[in-house]
Amino acid sequence: MPRKTMIESIRDAMDTMMERDENVVVFGEDVGFFGGVFRCTQGLQAKYGKTRCFDAPINEAGIVGAAIGMASYGLKPCVEIQFADYVYPAYDQIVSEAARLRYRSNGDFTCPMVVRMPVGGGIFGGQTHSQSPEALFTHVSGLKVVVPSNPYDAKGLLISAIEDPDPVIFLEPKRIYNGPFDGHHDRPVTPWSKHDLGEVPDGHYTVPLGKAIKRREGSQLTILTYGTMVYVAEAAAAEHNIDAEIIDLRTLLPLDLETIIESVSKTGRCIVVHEATLTSGFGAELAALVQEHCFYKLEAPVARVAGWDTPYPHAQEWDYFPGPSRVGRALVETLEGL
Amino acid sequence: MSDDGIAVEFGPLSLHVPEPAVRPGGEPDFSNVTFPDAGSVRRPDVDTNPEDMRDLAFSIIRVLNPEGEAVGPWANLLTDDQLVEGLRHMMTLRTFDARMQIAQRQGKTSFYMQHLGEEAVSCAFRKALVQGDMNFPTYRQAGLLIAGEYPMVEMMCQIYSNERDPLKGRQLPIMYSSKEHGFFSISGNLATQYIQAVGWAMASAIKKDSKIAAAWIGDGSTAESDFHAALVFASTYKAPVVLNIVNNQWAISTFQGIARGGSGTFAARGLGFGIPALRVDGNDYLAVFAVAQWATERARRNLGPTLVEYVTYRAGAHSTSDDPSAYRPKMESEAWPLGDPIMRLKNHLIARGAWSEERHTQTEAEILDTVIAAQKEAESFGTLHAGGKPSARDMFEGVYEEMPPHLRRQRQQAGV
Ligand SMILES: Cc1ncc(C[n+]2csc(CCOP(=O)(O)OP(=O)(O)O)c2C)c(N)n1
Ligand SMILES: [Mg+2]
Repeated sequence: MPRKTMIESIRDAMDTMMERDENVVVFGEDVGFFGGVFRCTQGLQAKYGKTRCFDAPINEAGIVGAAIGMASYGLKPCVEIQFADYVYPAYDQIVSEAARLRYRSNGDFTCPMVVRMPVGGGIFGGQTHSQSPEALFTHVSGLKVVVPSNPYDAKGLLISAIEDPDPVIFLEPKRIYNGPFDGHHDRPVTPWSKHDLGEVPDGHYTVPLGKAIKRREGSQLTILTYGTMVYVAEAAAAEHNIDAEIIDLRTLLPLDLETIIESVSKTGRCIVVHEATLTSGFGAELAALVQEHCFYKLEAPVARVAGWDTPYPHAQEWDYFPGPSRVGRALVETLEGL
Repeated sequence: MSDDGIAVEFGPLSLHVPEPAVRPGGEPDFSNVTFPDAGSVRRPDVDTNPEDMRDLAFSIIRVLNPEGEAVGPWANLLTDDQLVEGLRHMMTLRTFDARMQIAQRQGKTSFYMQHLGEEAVSCAFRKALVQGDMNFPTYRQAGLLIAGEYPMVEMMCQIYSNERDPLKGRQLPIMYSSKEHGFFSISGNLATQYIQAVGWAMASAIKKDSKIAAAWIGDGSTAESDFHAALVFASTYKAPVVLNIVNNQWAISTFQGIARGGSGTFAARGLGFGIPALRVDGNDYLAVFAVAQWATERARRNLGPTLVEYVTYRAGAHSTSDDPSAYRPKMESEAWPLGDPIMRLKNHLIARGAWSEERHTQTEAEILDTVIAAQKEAESFGTLHAGGKPSARDMFEGVYEEMPPHLRRQRQQAGV
């Protein structure tokens, strides 16, 4: 099977869908001729023409607003915001418009749209190229929120997102575009070409929205995580010889609560790991759900490891990033009941 | 008429997507752009009714002619010494850029953005401002600092995120901040600060002060809603602000036509708001200064905002993360009809008898020595991955004036 980077598999998903469905259109800043600053749309304009893949003016509100208009007409826009850090001008369009269109018109108008954007840190991008704003979207009723962690899932999830009848926020952890990153920034990263999850079938397949996957079966505790932190969690557990069950949520909304409950009920211990800031982060939602559903099975408090509650710094990147040592410490504490 | 009837009468619609004149592999072509002769554009009085100067939004004010002479109504504002100083500023900025670009390649910092070809804009504009005025710059106006005598070592320490970084390693390289030097903290989010400049200027008017503001934006970023918000506020309240647009033809890989759309020029965006709008040769130090002086005088006389479009060309890559050969012809910058701002001012000074090839070469060497000395000093305080660093403790400071308990707890957990 061909191996692909996450960039290639995301491109492949759009290519596959543009080929199958002429209603799929792709646009965003630098997305057309150049193919995007991360090259996710490279070649699509040449293949499908410039009315199906084109450059947008630098106006995120405009990009999403126009996509909503197109979606309500019957197209399936899949637009790119260059970095999640630049999505805020579009926030009103996403929150007040896309998310509520179906509800307020009682289905008269709908918004089958995907908004893709790179998220997360680890590239010395400072406060404007590093943020993880997933909780700003999961808090909004009417949106679906997806975070893939590997090329196989990225393609299958993006195809599901494009086929979905409702607006989907598709967050791409940029640090793992080219290979899984375990948080050890001083070691070389294995490229996806050497990783099983880099195997990406040609053509159409889906990974369903709302289904988590166990990346590792384990008995001692459950780690709930997604995106880049899947690999950090794997490294931390391995380095501490902990038999952790690692659940890659893949979709934050809708959430696969069943898989979470089943796992935590078995292990009796749970840690939530994400890069985003701690306070009111998605981890708070997960911790609340776990205590609601597994309270009598829990042998330790649910722990959270997250980004500190500061803007993302530039020079102190590795003090900020919740790497394997911080995750490892939380694992040990949760096991030893400290 | 039925839908079908309409379709028969008018035919199907089609989507218009603008394209640049040439792409890689093609011959650079600026034949669609008209450049008026130097000296040919009139200079209205600063209190002219905006209605009576709409033509200036569609022309280009130029002072230096091909022979290197300063001609026309916008000429003769600067002395020999001032012009030599301006030349030195532009040469310093270019040398600074070249050294920092190399430093980035050597891994001493994560990122850099240069000004190549656009040095005149920020260097000359700065000379029309006084202490107390405030710029709301983009990442491509470091000439405001160089020409404002901000210490180069501090700029470099910021770029290196080292132990002397005035911003404590928190902000991306080149996103400087200096209230004292009239340089508002750059956020990195495009266009957001254009409207803030208008608000700052309104505050000066509310307080009956005499300070003015200068807003800065690139051609591509004028597409942002915040740009339009700035124009309506500036227009409504006649804010004492100069609204600068640096049209360097490109926004990363996207040519200016995508942001400009059907409007003839970016300057013309001001007309619908009743804001006087000037277009100027951005590679002509004298013209930039003359226009800056005109617009700042208007603001100081409480006559309101002016929109200025600087027509220039981004001769280098967008940033150290960019390779322009993928989206524009390699030789396009050489074909750019407005030439190089440093060469043009140099030739003018020589034509005036105030400069020579020898003095130029000697000055180049002097500037290089100064920049290298500054770089040595800055590097003695560390670079991004080596030597002195801002502490992890600094990361938790300055989120609020007083650190709330949850951050204090987190800092403790971090053990710093
Ligand atoms: C809100 C926002 N959207 C997107 C970006 C990414 N970005 C950085 S610079 C740039 C191009 C800007 O072009 P232009 O305004 O012409 O300025 P220039 O770089 O040419 O000086 C883009 C799209 C950003 N920084 N902020
Ligand atoms: Mg530009």
